[in-house]
Amino acid sequence: MDISIIIGGEAGAGVMRSGYILARALVRGGLSVFGMNDYPSLIRGGHNAYMIHASDKRIHAHRENFDIVVALNAETITRYVDQLTENAAIIYDPKDRSYAEKLSDKALLVEIPMMDIVKEEKAKPVMMNSVAIGAAAGLTEYDYEILKSSILDSFPKPEVGEINARLAKRGYDIALEEYSSKFKIKVAPLEKDGKQIYLTGNEAVALGAMQAGMKFYAAYPMTPASPILHFLALHGPKYGIVVVQPESEIAAINMVIGAAYAGVRAMTATSGGGFSLMTEALGLAAMSETPIVVAIAQRVGPSTGMPTYTAQTDLMFVLNASQGEFPRFVIAPGDVKECFYRTIEAFNLAEKFQVPAIILIDKYLAESHMSTEIFDTSNIKIDRGELITGEYKGKEYRRYEVTETGVSPRAIPSTRNAIVKANSSEHTEYGYASSNALNAVKMQEKRFRKLKYMIMEMDKLNPAIYYGDPQAELVLIGWGSIKCPVLDALEILKSMDISVGFLHFIYLSPFPVKYALKYLKDRKIMLVENTYTGQLANLLKMHTGLTVDYKVLRYDGRPINPSQIVEKVFEVIR
Amino acid sequence: MVTMNQLNTKARNTWCPGCGNFAILTALKKAIVELDLKPENVVVVTGIGCHGKLGDYINVNSFHVIHGRVLPVASAIKLANYELTVIGHAGDGDAYAIGLGHLPHAARRNVDIVYIVHNNMTFGLTTGQVTPTTPRGLKTRSTPYGVFEDPINPIALALACDATFVARGFAGDLNHLTYLIKEAIKHRGFAFIDVLQPCVTFYNTYQFFRERTYRLEDEGWDPTNKVEAFKKAYEWGDRIPIGIFYRVEKPTFRDSIPGYPKQPLVKEDLKIDLTDLLNLLT
Repeated sequence: MDISIIIGGEAGAGVMRSGYILARALVRGGLSVFGMNDYPSLIRGGHNAYMIHASDKRIHAHRENFDIVVALNAETITRYVDQLTENAAIIYDPKDRSYAEKLSDKALLVEIPMMDIVKEEKAKPVMMNSVAIGAAAGLTEYDYEILKSSILDSFPKPEVGEINARLAKRGYDIALEEYSSKFKIKVAPLEKDGKQIYLTGNEAVALGAMQAGMKFYAAYPMTPASPILHFLALHGPKYGIVVVQPESEIAAINMVIGAAYAGVRAMTATSGGGFSLMTEALGLAAMSETPIVVAIAQRVGPSTGMPTYTAQTDLMFVLNASQGEFPRFVIAPGDVKECFYRTIEAFNLAEKFQVPAIILIDKYLAESHMSTEIFDTSNIKIDRGELITGEYKGKEYRRYEVTETGVSPRAIPSTRNAIVKANSSEHTEYGYASSNALNAVKMQEKRFRKLKYMIMEMDKLNPAIYYGDPQAELVLIGWGSIKCPVLDALEILKSMDISVGFLHFIYLSPFPVKYALKYLKDRKIMLVENTYTGQLANLLKMHTGLTVDYKVLRYDGRPINPSQIVEKVFEVIR
Repeated sequence: MVTMNQLNTKARNTWCPGCGNFAILTALKKAIVELDLKPENVVVVTGIGCHGKLGDYINVNSFHVIHGRVLPVASAIKLANYELTVIGHAGDGDAYAIGLGHLPHAARRNVDIVYIVHNNMTFGLTTGQVTPTTPRGLKTRSTPYGVFEDPINPIALALACDATFVARGFAGDLNHLTYLIKEAIKHRGFAFIDVLQPCVTFYNTYQFFRERTYRLEDEGWDPTNKVEAFKKAYEWGDRIPIGIFYRVEKPTFRDSIPGYPKQPLVKEDLKIDLTDLLNLLT
């Protein structure tokens, strides 16, 4: 069973929420679910959509065609005509019948008197979306009780949940009785051990930061990273986490640096524009060796670009941001599970090496929901590196003491017998400003000596992961969220007896050279990336000399579809 | 108890002889000694400019940050560990040009820190360009035909930002400046001090201010009236007031933050149990 449902309507019609509720019901039935929104940067009047891809097998991405179109307005009925599958159905209200009738040869028309039901039940007009998702569930003969539990748990006020559940039941019954016999796809809950959670990349990053012991979060709103701020502002206070929305991204990152200097794990998040403002302070973190974590959710640029659409175009920018040369971690998780665990890892690495660590995601991963097994938090390790608290036992504390690894013991203010002098200027071991040439060499070499140890550490952390046929002649490469469509493409190709490999880069800095050489040498390489220029190809060549043979690129703000990858592989193999 | 000598460091001082920064540094040290603060519990955050080296010359924790960003760094240090005494130092370029945007916010939040602006009305370290407090008409390297903009009024600005402690000091009046810094440290909330600081190399104002400044405290000034403080802020001519223009007690930023724990963040256990939160996502 594999089903793809799109719910569409005007901005303000509760499209995302109803889509989420229906998807959550499927997650509770043990299905593998991917939910993606598509919306313009406005509050009312535009077209919003929420797409659900669900399967009884493990899936990782959206599907670009739809088995059910849930139309909360007339526009939705016609908008997806070219993306209907063979046995598709369209759920609509009688007021939009004239639009639907034109498509009677393309889809099963499921007419549900949504507005009338809402009136009869004395509910608000916006609640027609609950009738609609009820109808979608009824059409597939899904278990209503599971849908009901999802509805009840998704509204804070129980009485509002009850009304919506009742509305959903009305839609469910009509679709089940009058239409389900004519619709081929049936969705049933699975018997499965263990709970699933359904969350976005943003939420997973926020949870990872909380689990890592972050106590201070400062961020300025910027799509698509704002939901991290919302999540932490809502839940943080219960866990002793201070969440602040300051006057700018510049203030945000400088606050994070201040908190980290004082000994607290701290993070900020933003998108490309905000990160542009943060670049100077990123260098401050590097020069003062203050461990910070910055999460960046990319969107389409340059400049304001398309704020609510996806891209991977900030890779080179993030790798090189800020003047001067310094080592940094850039980590690009590929799904929600990696968002959680890799964020925890980022905090540990930042403190262990006293360098900035950047989590690089994009709108597609940041705002898409994915089902995953509930995170195992029993084995989380917190490694604060060479942190000194309480009392410094040595003779005379030097914040930038030159050591074999380049990492200096890090006292924090209030440590007895230690005065902690941090400096953005080049400085001596004590932290006093100095432009002495010999000292400059000594300190720059100290900071860069860390790189060797950072690479050694990274190599133990699966910085790049290989999927698919180990012997495949053709290996796809990609980073971050590209994992989602590629893994689904691999499944499709496998079902056609075409075997390819996939090397997923999670670490971009340091670059996992050993892994790249091990899996890519003497193979044909195909890059899959949401950019115009194919940035990973340049990076790969720079670090390994290997060249990419083929590219699957997309730069219209939409994520790459699994089918797009499959087609390119076909083309190449032929 | 710490002594003045123990607050010295090994760093070689590179300020010009006679620089107003010496008086500010000495006043700060005296305030720390007289208030009996432990050096390890004091943090000085400095910006970019001649004043920025102050951290090198005082044996307390220090963070020399980037241009204009003293306030966000200092604010977060205080939030992370409120047991520290946090003192931000900025130049007039830091505070009133590139970093001005942070002032209203630090003030309205009432972060419990001290903010000392070394206002020498010139960019000293970049060899004498105009700043937002340079008087109209003055010839500087970047205004060779004279400054053609009006200067801002730091005291009126801080009052308008709702700072809960607003004062002006003069680097030529060490005892008074020490008094101001002590009062600012004792103040629970955002304490702003604009210090008239002569730059002996690019804009020597010792004589000018010696002739004109007078202490508000000597005239029985009532610092509780904001409207009167505003009027006073515009007194700038033959007589220039120094002292505490205005002070008021209000909840600090930490008092207002939802869920701030019962101890400093820095003392909190990093391990938390997320089970309940994860269950909300099923």
